[in-house]
Amino acid sequence: MESDSTVILDGAGVKRALTRIAHEILEKNKGVEDLILAGIRTGGVYLAQELARRLEEIEGGKVLVGEVDITLYRDDIKGHSEHRPVGKTDIPFSIEKKKVVLVDDVLYTGRSIRAAMDAIMDHGRPSCIQLAVLVDRGHRELPIRADFVGRNVPTSIKEKIVVNFDPANNPTDVVLQK
Amino acid sequence: MGFKHKDIIALRDLTRDEIQLLLDTAENMREVNSREIKKVPTLRGKTIINLFYEASTRTRTSFEIAAKRLSADTVNISTSTSSSTKGETLLDTALNLLAMKPDIIVMRHAISGSHYFLAKRLPCSIINAGDGAHEHPSQGLLDMLTMRQKFGMLEGLKVAIVGDITHSRVARSAIHGLTKMGASIFLSGPPTMVPPGIERMGNVTVCNDMRDAISGADVVMMLRIQLERQGKTLLPTMKEYSRYYGLNQENLKLAKKDAMVMHPGPINRGVELSSHVADGDQSYILKQVENGVAVRMAMLYHVSGGELPTE
Repeated sequence: MESDSTVILDGAGVKRALTRIAHEILEKNKGVEDLILAGIRTGGVYLAQELARRLEEIEGGKVLVGEVDITLYRDDIKGHSEHRPVGKTDIPFSIEKKKVVLVDDVLYTGRSIRAAMDAIMDHGRPSCIQLAVLVDRGHRELPIRADFVGRNVPTSIKEKIVVNFDPANNPTDVVLQK
Repeated sequence: MGFKHKDIIALRDLTRDEIQLLLDTAENMREVNSREIKKVPTLRGKTIINLFYEASTRTRTSFEIAAKRLSADTVNISTSTSSSTKGETLLDTALNLLAMKPDIIVMRHAISGSHYFLAKRLPCSIINAGDGAHEHPSQGLLDMLTMRQKFGMLEGLKVAIVGDITHSRVARSAIHGLTKMGASIFLSGPPTMVPPGIERMGNVTVCNDMRDAISGADVVMMLRIQLERQGKTLLPTMKEYSRYYGLNQENLKLAKKDAMVMHPGPINRGVELSSHVADGDQSYILKQVENGVAVRMAMLYHVSGGELPTE
């Protein structure tokens, strides 16, 4: 299905953006102590793993990575049709008093982030929650903003931003589809 | 992809993909049951009525906990305290409940097919917690989930089911579910308790000798001798039943070395299962109960399906 699509970030661009975000996370949090990355299913999970890898390379310490599935916390469940499949939420460690950095691929209305925050709060009381996204496409419907952004891409509501991953779950590129 | 039914009444009515979806969802719901705040807001504001015309502790409690973990409101109605003792018909009871706008009615009833009767007439979802000897879909699903957790898949498993097959809705749901998922079933029980022709219901072999059924089995599922269900005596004595069809340390050795012992509960210790086996390492009975909550959460979730929004 060929829609009119432009590459916003190519493979190299994605890598540089993630490296810069990793450095920004370290700078803001003064290291990796008490830091936890929580990837939002599904795109955010792979990006979180990429970021953890970079943080460990730069700083040396091990960074804990959790996975958050927000299906059960969505605000758009209603009526009589089909529910989305529920994915796995896997946070096998305590988040009490930790700094949780939520990681998602695209920030749009902000509702997924609201759901992810509710999911995180049901797991414990972090000392703070920060947000890292690869792309911010605007059109927030809730008062939510990212702390770390790979690329700001103004879009219209009719357009779509897609982050592509290869079969090994590495991010390959980011495209804007009209 | 996705669950399109308003009701869940029988595993016979579900496709292999739909069963898979329910099992996968249940597996992912387990996480909610093992954390400190065992609640998600998914079914917030929904009303779920448990309408139990037959005695039950574990199934009813399991459905109630499942609903509450999804933030739904639950109401329990059991017949001894309900208006059916005043002679109210099933339909009248249901219509009266309907006026209070429930989203889901979970019902257990002695008459096979009663759920289809209600499902046709009511707009809310109906979930079958057991109807007569017909089906017990939530039990079938949690049994399959438990097996899948141990073996990784259901395809090719040899599952023995031993006991009063004739009166068992658990056996029937297991036969339908396991056949669809590619397992083979070996039934055994006193000839008075195994209906002729049951081989045609699925991938089923009937063995008169229990030892043939459990030889080389991956799973041995024992059914409770249903004392309350028989008017006439279909057994000479319980002792004789236990001797020929009870599972104990000795005959369990006929099954595969890592075979699972399962039972839908409640157990008649010393009759169909020796205490040694019931409490032994190969027993997954408590695991079944644990999985029951997750499975019922998955059923309630999918039956309440919402509009799939466009991303």
